[in-house]
Amino acid sequence: MSGVALDLLLQAIPVGFVMFVVLNFGGLLTWVERKQSAIMQDRIGANRASISVFGLRIRILGLLHPLADAVKMLTKEDFTPARADKLMFKLAPFVSVFFGLAAFATIPFGDTLQILGREIQLQAVTLNVGILYVLGMISLGVYGLMMAGWASANNYALLGGQRAAALMISAEVAIGASIMGVVMVYGSLNMQDIARGQGQPLLPQFLGSWVPAWGVLTQPLAFVLFLTAGIASTKRIPFDTPEGESEIIGYFVEYSGMKFGMFAMADFLETVVIAGMTTALFLGGWQVPYLQASGFVFPWGATVALPHLAVVGLQVGAFLTKVVVIIWFLMLIRWTLPRFRYDQAMRLGWLALFPLSVLNILVTGLVLLAVGKP
Amino acid sequence: MAYQTTNTPADPKHSSRLGLRQRFYVVEVLVGLALTAQHFFANLGRHTLKVVFRVKSARGAVTIQYPDERRPYSPRLRSLHRLVRREDGSPRCVACMMCETVCPAHCIYIVATEHPNPEIEKVPESFDIDLGKCVFCGYCVEACPEDAIRMDTGILEFSSYSREGMIYTKEMLLALEPAGPHGVPTSPVPIPADRRLPTTTKGMP
Repeated sequence: MSGVALDLLLQAIPVGFVMFVVLNFGGLLTWVERKQSAIMQDRIGANRASISVFGLRIRILGLLHPLADAVKMLTKEDFTPARADKLMFKLAPFVSVFFGLAAFATIPFGDTLQILGREIQLQAVTLNVGILYVLGMISLGVYGLMMAGWASANNYALLGGQRAAALMISAEVAIGASIMGVVMVYGSLNMQDIARGQGQPLLPQFLGSWVPAWGVLTQPLAFVLFLTAGIASTKRIPFDTPEGESEIIGYFVEYSGMKFGMFAMADFLETVVIAGMTTALFLGGWQVPYLQASGFVFPWGATVALPHLAVVGLQVGAFLTKVVVIIWFLMLIRWTLPRFRYDQAMRLGWLALFPLSVLNILVTGLVLLAVGKP
Repeated sequence: MAYQTTNTPADPKHSSRLGLRQRFYVVEVLVGLALTAQHFFANLGRHTLKVVFRVKSARGAVTIQYPDERRPYSPRLRSLHRLVRREDGSPRCVACMMCETVCPAHCIYIVATEHPNPEIEKVPESFDIDLGKCVFCGYCVEACPEDAIRMDTGILEFSSYSREGMIYTKEMLLALEPAGPHGVPTSPVPIPADRRLPTTTKGMP
């Protein structure tokens, strides 16, 4: 096999992994949402979808419900309003899902993998401006909603699309500003570099090598701000003003069938992306505490040597575990807090998140100046 | 004494006024999240006990999975009527029209006829109850001098695609049995003609 073909094939490993993980998470989140909300509310949750195999009804804890949903949505009538802009109307859900999927590309899920004498970065796209790329993709995702709202020829949809744009701007500004503190601390826009930087010890002159410098410890305020703004950018309760089930139905009011399902899926994909971003920027990414490239190096002096593949497996496993925990937390918030009114969401974005993010940048800059970091 | 207008939202001590902690929001959010997370983990533990370790008494949910399980019904529950039978299987009803007279919904229709036994005055030739009209007040049971009609079958799931299907005849009502313990029905739910499955697979409703 020629070198170029092998390179391409090996590069397909992280790309395929990201596609596999993100798509499956997106599908499974419908099940997680149903089951977690049910368990939180002392219910059992969706459990009736079943497949009959030799007269035996198989239910597997309601895991078949996402399949049943897909079958239902694919077989439903795909309705287009008579006065709708046909092209825009059909394009909008695809735009939403595409940018939701593409946003995960630069989030690293592991350190380098050495295989067949080559080094592969375990992220789908190695980009020096990875953070800006993710921000851009999340922002572009809102174009799908605006297109849907405008093309539906429905006033409620238009209101929803306009609200989506307004919410996205106020959330996006806070996301960008809160991430800047992280970028200043780790000195890079490359998410892989930031993840590596979080493996360094925090305050080695005081704490030795006991505590890793995870973003949640170096930038606690930015963590809270980013998570809040991130929830807002997923458009889910408590920031569901673009949908507003109780007042306007929102930008997808005219959609049915799988197109509606794609909008719902885009929300879940964005949840996965926000969880991945939070993990990569604040929870050490793929870092396992005390795990170096050669194996575990504990601060009390003990070492456990591990083969390269085991180290990579541990890192990927740690990344996925952290993502799952953050998704669990996002779901917990979604099923606990009441929704914000439109003006409350705007006020929170512009009068709380944004000024606090700027304050965080100022304080971070002053501290870095005092410590003498470049 | 004048009407006091305390405890209005204008009052600075009104319960709807937010304190500093509430307005700061984050603390209250964490309190709420702690509550729901506590429910989540407690219920998850109970579900795990039940599903994995087969502990029957562990209940992670307070809901009743209705078609599979039923809540126990009170013995006083007024459910679908039945006509009580004599030992020879004929109805105890003597067609005195008490129930038809007392019925506030006018849903009982009795046609009387002579009973072959000269000691018994009458017998219903037909005894129809329109359950689409019935209000389940139980007056018919109380009015009956012969204890011939009761509402103790425990059957609540009767339905039909038409108004005619809600009319239950003497034969259907005579076939019913009283409910078992906890109000579990012992006789099958009478299925009206319009809900019976056709013999061929074509034309399923």
